[in-house]
Amino acid sequence: MLPIMEISGSLNMIGYGLATIGPGIGVAMVFAAVINGTARQPEARGALMSTAWIGFAVVEALAIIGIALAFAIQ
Amino acid sequence: MGLLGLIIPMEGGEEGSHWPPGVHSFDPKPLFPDAGIDWLNTYLLQAVIATILVIVLWLWVSKHQKVVPGFKQWCGEQLYNVVRNGIGRDALGPDYQKFTPYLLALFSFILVNNLFGQFFLSMFPTFSRVGYAYALALLTWLLYNGVGIAKHGLGGYLKMMTMPKGVPWPLYIIIIPLEILSNFIVRPVTLALRLFANLFAGHLVVIVFVVGGTLLLEQSSFLYKIAGGASLLMAYPIFALEIFVGVLQAYIFTVLTAQYVASSLADDH
Repeated sequence: MLPIMEISGSLNMIGYGLATIGPGIGVAMVFAAVINGTARQPEARGALMSTAWIGFAVVEALAIIGIALAFAIQ
Repeated sequence: MGLLGLIIPMEGGEEGSHWPPGVHSFDPKPLFPDAGIDWLNTYLLQAVIATILVIVLWLWVSKHQKVVPGFKQWCGEQLYNVVRNGIGRDALGPDYQKFTPYLLALFSFILVNNLFGQFFLSMFPTFSRVGYAYALALLTWLLYNGVGIAKHGLGGYLKMMTMPKGVPWPLYIIIIPLEILSNFIVRPVTLALRLFANLFAGHLVVIVFVVGGTLLLEQSSFLYKIAGGASLLMAYPIFALEIFVGVLQAYIFTVLTAQYVASSLADDH
């Protein structure tokens, strides 16, 4: 049998999990807008995608800063 | 661990005793533990092998090119076209051909290194060590700043990157520090950490399933054994997901590099 484990450690990872909700919704909105735009006007796909990648990078930055801080702050 | 360690492709071969897995699971193993050279470890070896593989692959594919491509040349051209047309031309416009070699090298190098995470001899993606990701992001940072300065001059480039047009002048007090932070610090750091975090976290999930499953299989209770078997089986879909994530991250890193270069080459912000 497994011994009953003691739960220890920091709550950082739970905080990080909470912190990913915002960027997750944000990234979803970015690409949902791209899909919508492409469906309405397929030839604009290239222009939409290049803006979308920048937007994606900016939004994703929050989640990435989150994981960095989750490991950095003890 | 015993025999089990031999049958199951082992994340847990040595880390099995270190439950729960964490950052320590990614500790580099020196190639020659007795020699005392710590920097000569498995990750460095992987990066060097990946470099050689990429160079050899592209030399081999581009040798003896014909007007009517054979199978080998066709495959190479397909991959090359993804990077050149799908990434380079879309982002960079007419000047894209200058940057295609860098983008292609970057894409294939990251791709090979990410697939090392699923390859049975290495089992760790090189970029699950953050230092390698920082080095790549530094290269990209030098590139997009370099071409920007070369095109606009140092003053013009800094003005373009930090002072967007059409902003009322009092706002510059806030905008300039924000743009400096965003364009020169946050960009390379997020570029590196995105690659690192995706591979690190994905691989950690695999370790949890494999090592956890192995530990459960070793328990005496029958139910634990079933759970352990399920957990080990679950590791395979996660592996498939990891292959997808590895390809996707290589693509995203290259796309963002192209976008950053495009933004510093642009005539207005």
